[in-house]
Amino acid sequence: MATQMQIIAGKKQGFAEFCHGLRQGIPIALGYIPVSFTFGLMAVGGGIPVWTAILISLSNLTSAGQFAGTNLIIANAPLLEIGLTTFVINIRYMLMSLSLSQKITPGMALLKRCIMAFGITDETFAVASMEKGEITFNYFMGLVACPYWGWALGTAMGALTSSVLPKAVQSSMGIALYAMFIALVVPAAKRSRAAFFVAAVAIGISSFFRWGPYANHISSGWSIIIATIIASFAGAVIYPKEEDELE
Amino acid sequence: MSKTLIAVFLMALVTYIPRVLPIAVFKNKLKSRFLHSFLYYVPYAVLGAMTFPAILYSTGDMFTSAVGMSAALVLAYFEQGLMKVALGAILTVYITGCLLH
Repeated sequence: MATQMQIIAGKKQGFAEFCHGLRQGIPIALGYIPVSFTFGLMAVGGGIPVWTAILISLSNLTSAGQFAGTNLIIANAPLLEIGLTTFVINIRYMLMSLSLSQKITPGMALLKRCIMAFGITDETFAVASMEKGEITFNYFMGLVACPYWGWALGTAMGALTSSVLPKAVQSSMGIALYAMFIALVVPAAKRSRAAFFVAAVAIGISSFFRWGPYANHISSGWSIIIATIIASFAGAVIYPKEEDELE
Repeated sequence: MSKTLIAVFLMALVTYIPRVLPIAVFKNKLKSRFLHSFLYYVPYAVLGAMTFPAILYSTGDMFTSAVGMSAALVLAYFEQGLMKVALGAILTVYITGCLLH
């Protein structure tokens, strides 16, 4: 049975863990602001209201998925397509969530695990998984705090900037999202033949759906889903990863 | 509720599900090497499929888009970071557009 002293000591330790996470989250937040700024610009440039753009960042907290979903909202795509595209893009979180499930404090309450899950992003995952020892709930909450509000703040700034920009600049900004994707995939493809192969197959398939005979009535959302499944499948068959290569 | 709000709610839901399911459900490691590999490659496939050919239609002018894409490819190849690549592409499209019209 826990005594008064033990409870106080536990609270102190929990607070120290939270602060440790908080400090590690600051550089992530700084990196998020320009990206979410671009998102805010893009969304409002495409006709999404300012407050809706901020709501998307607060409720989604993800880059590629919310960029793509918002693009489809702007293109007036059907709901099923928006949902499926966003889902397929976010499938990668399953691997991270799975990996974290092996590293968190054993026996953590289900509610805490469910709250933690919301804060899993590429960056928080990368930082948390480099931690020595187990990942506590308090640590992860601290880690996510600054990135979460940084993501929302950047979105708000971008959204408010967009409405005052001239038309020519706004249409030039249509390329921003794709340029970001290029910035993400090209360095990876440079280093890994497998990543290059998978991206190239996906590009080939999506180009076929756009320009190929009999295939061009397939919408862009479905084309992304089909291309992703085939290309990742091909990658997994031709370049299977060793267990210890996966993080 | 407007369609946009429903779409935002849907996006939030399908973003949360893959985050929460494994951590809420799995306590043991998955055995399938194939599934691991498949999930590992998904981001590269998604990025490739989302970017091309859609990027060519992103500015309303295929020529300025293509020039902007080339700029992004060069900047990304030299690993200039997300913001620099994005700004470089925007600027290239803008300048190309100004020169054309």
